[in-house]
Amino acid sequence: MDLNFNEEQEMLRKVARDFLAEEFPKKLVREMEDDPTGFQPDVWKKMAELGWMGLVIPEEYGGSGSNFMDLFVLLEETGRACLIAPFFSTAMCTFLLMDIGNDDQKRKFLPKIANGELILALALTEPSARYDASGIATRALPSENGYVINGTKLFVQDAQVADYLICAANTDPSLPPEKSITTFMVDAKSPGIRITPLPTMADDKQNELTFENVIVPSENILGELNGGWPPVSKLLERAAIAKCAEMIGGAHWTIENSITYAKDRVQYGRPIGSFQILQHYLAEMWTEVAHAKRLVYYAVWLLQQGLACTKEVAMAKASMSEVYMRCTHFGVRIHGGIGTTRDHDMGLYYRRAKHAACLFGNPEFWREKIACEIGL
Amino acid sequence: MDFEFTPEQEAMRKEFEDFCKEEAKNAPEGWKASPAGEEESAEGWAYHRSVVQKLVKRGWLCLPWPKEYGGQGYGPVEQIIFQEVTAYHRIPAVPMHFMAVAAAILTYGTDEQKKDWLPRMARAEICWTELLSEPDAGSDLASLKTTAVLDGDDYVFNGQKIWTSGAHHADHLFILARTDPDPSKRHRGLSFFVDKIHGPGLEFRPLIYMNGSHLYNETFLDNFRVPKQNMIGEVNRGWYAMMAARNFARANILMQARGKRDLEDLIEYCNQTQDNGEILSRKPIIRQRLAEFAIDYDASLKFAYYVGWLQSQGDDVAGEAAACGYFANELNLRLGNFALEIMGLYGTLKQGSKWAPLLGKFQNLCQWNCGLSLAGGTTEVRKNVIAWQGLKLPRN
Repeated sequence: MDLNFNEEQEMLRKVARDFLAEEFPKKLVREMEDDPTGFQPDVWKKMAELGWMGLVIPEEYGGSGSNFMDLFVLLEETGRACLIAPFFSTAMCTFLLMDIGNDDQKRKFLPKIANGELILALALTEPSARYDASGIATRALPSENGYVINGTKLFVQDAQVADYLICAANTDPSLPPEKSITTFMVDAKSPGIRITPLPTMADDKQNELTFENVIVPSENILGELNGGWPPVSKLLERAAIAKCAEMIGGAHWTIENSITYAKDRVQYGRPIGSFQILQHYLAEMWTEVAHAKRLVYYAVWLLQQGLACTKEVAMAKASMSEVYMRCTHFGVRIHGGIGTTRDHDMGLYYRRAKHAACLFGNPEFWREKIACEIGL
Repeated sequence: MDFEFTPEQEAMRKEFEDFCKEEAKNAPEGWKASPAGEEESAEGWAYHRSVVQKLVKRGWLCLPWPKEYGGQGYGPVEQIIFQEVTAYHRIPAVPMHFMAVAAAILTYGTDEQKKDWLPRMARAEICWTELLSEPDAGSDLASLKTTAVLDGDDYVFNGQKIWTSGAHHADHLFILARTDPDPSKRHRGLSFFVDKIHGPGLEFRPLIYMNGSHLYNETFLDNFRVPKQNMIGEVNRGWYAMMAARNFARANILMQARGKRDLEDLIEYCNQTQDNGEILSRKPIIRQRLAEFAIDYDASLKFAYYVGWLQSQGDDVAGEAAACGYFANELNLRLGNFALEIMGLYGTLKQGSKWAPLLGKFQNLCQWNCGLSLAGGTTEVRKNVIAWQGLKLPRN
């Protein structure tokens, strides 16, 4: 048993924190929130040089062959920094590519991902906004040149800068939804793709994508025909847990900054952090985050070993989402009025928390999965 | 990060589970209706004592003690495994106060005291009661007023104690009293003693709990004498023996493991019970709430292991332990309240009524958990500990 991160991981964390403080200060976060691309090529290049995009890619494909826990550390730091970049999207798509891509696809795409040349985005959810197979109405029909995709995808993060989209589409409606989904690597510049930005409270570069007779060559089918749902479902679990990493990073920022503020801010002639009511808020924030983290890390550990962990992922995502939302809300309370302004960073985390809770399954979605798992 | 237990730990867990499953069959009728069954009936107490004797034979009563005093020399993680399994199977295992007194003696006792007390404790020959809190010294224990004055070879005690749990079953006591009369000395004027319960000068009066159970007592000390060699630690340094006692109990999983088992009972109840023609467990709101509890129990169990593991690494876990304790206590309170909410009127029925769901367990829990969430540090005091010791917030 060893319930802390190892030395290399702590080193990775330190490098990441220093890098992001230097290269991605909050001022840049603000700029990127307002920037339609939300993309800083210089920073992206430096991230690639640090080996971030290739972190989990095997060495033979130009990566460093690290594990999911290592990436998790990095994502805690990007979450803490509120990084706006297509890093999360690309990393999640990379996992799918590594899981089910064939040798040719891996050779073609992975080295370019590792060196930062390729940006990927996941085109999964649709107007139903559901994370299940029956929510996928986008159709892909065989044609002489491969497949033709038609449909609408919603909440496709980072599509505005993506080179490729991993698109999940139904390839045989006569079969049950879980057995009729196929995933495609779609060139984002393909004719027939229209990208419309979706303004969200988190300013996190979500998009609506319409596919109108988009042709995808057969060699760009990822994995098996009609066999896409199980790997997508696995990716969904991985993405839910990876999102928890960002939330943990944000929660740490919130607690640390709320403590600092409470010690500095003087009212009634004393620091507000000496008032018991605020001390108890902070104690609760810290306690809840510390508990939720245990569920999250356990799920990461199971996932990394390829063990079944639907219930554990569900518990981790539902718990971390609720806890992060409460944590940032108390953060705003402790900061008082200034915490509600656009100028202050606290509100930024509050907005992010609300949105992260909904991404890759909201707490209600995961709790229903838990209910099934605990014999209800 | 590695969550895996060692093969030895897994084997221990299996052994504990086999024992507990077998031992659970000997529980008196209606045993599961209370979290303090050993205090609620003579049969319950007899069951507890019979289990303790078996633990002595297996060497499990004092797993974390050093071997030279009858223990096994295990760390906090093994102790937590043991606690988790026994609590989950509702086995009345390690007696009340047992580990706390042992920790004080192990940390601050002289060699002579260790050799005198510990082997007898390891053989379960001693039942302890605590004389710590006073009517005017609850959370603020360091303000206690009971005095201990040296007179020849004895200390003479005068004052009043409260929450003397289990005194009516106990044959020995431990007591914290003021040996320096200057009240401004607060915790630096207190000493810690152990002794057998003997008259005269010592009177216990039952303090009946709201559900009618007799666990607590009031204690009146009127020139009660304790030999001076029974002081543990130095004079006026008793607070630290107390802290050692508390430190030992920091990695604690009893409440979480009990609660998880209670949750499983409630899930079963919801699967079998209809409300207005609909099985309770089909109702989305109940599914959501039960899933929430399942999450929180898993988190609290995992966190308890984390605290134990940190302690095994030599870390100071004051803040973590406080968080662990209050989270579990509040969780159990919430579970009891939720169970009553969905059981409606039936939930208020006590054991003995044929209509009482789950033997009236949850109405009983609702009452017990109020007190259990105060004992050993209220939620508010624990949050203070987190804020002051864990987060370094200013006290004033």
